[in-house]
Amino acid sequence: MAVKVSIPTILRTHTSGEKSVEASGGTLGQVIDDLESRHAGLKARLVKEDALHRFINVYVNDEDVRFSGGLNAEVKDGDNVTILPAVAGG
Amino acid sequence: MLVIRRDLVDAMVAHARRDHPDEACGVIAGPEGSDRPERLVEMVNAERSPTFYRFDSMEQLRVWRAMDEADEVPVVIYHSHTATEAYPSRTDVSFASEPDAHYVLVSTRDAHDVELRSYRIVDGVVTEEQVDVVESYMFSHTGADDVPDAD
Ligand SMILES: [Zn+2]
Repeated sequence: MAVKVSIPTILRTHTSGEKSVEASGGTLGQVIDDLESRHAGLKARLVKEDALHRFINVYVNDEDVRFSGGLNAEVKDGDNVTILPAVAGG
Repeated sequence: MLVIRRDLVDAMVAHARRDHPDEACGVIAGPEGSDRPERLVEMVNAERSPTFYRFDSMEQLRVWRAMDEADEVPVVIYHSHTATEAYPSRTDVSFASEPDAHYVLVSTRDAHDVELRSYRIVDGVVTEEQVDVVESYMFSHTGADDVPDAD
């Protein structure tokens, strides 16, 4: 199950500057574990205590996974996963 | 230094005034590598709060995709403070995630004297920078090219 993952600027230090990388898995959690095996350090930037960081937005195609299962969100072959740090502040 | 057209400065201030007392937020896109803000997008503050802002996640996805397709980047990310000075709060610093962006803050606490300042926020370090307001980028010598805007 190959998916394309878009990496935001701030996390590209983990992907040798690549904007987009391939990964595999049937759920978002598996995709992130697969990414971590080749791009060490990425997982800690996305996941905290078995849930996505509150201020990291992850989308599968056009869906914010916050509303579709979080790390358990289903991922299918050919899907696009997009990671965007939330733009927020006080 | 942030070099920015006057009409874009006016648009940020107008947006901040309109949303006062809630915080207003938005982004100004520009061609990748140009450091030239050109296309202003007012974003919804999903928090609708006088003390916090957050881009709506679905709107952010649409706007970021459109920038990607147009080979643009977020040159400016702006938001307003409605009761405090135009200086990044601790929360602003902890969430800053665009090391190449100019973070512009607009303070509307004084309705008659709106304050606008710009910062770089990289790895938790805030550096204020000068804001050079120009009528047109045609006569400012900031980027690799001095090509006038299409409009
Ligand atoms: Zn702020």
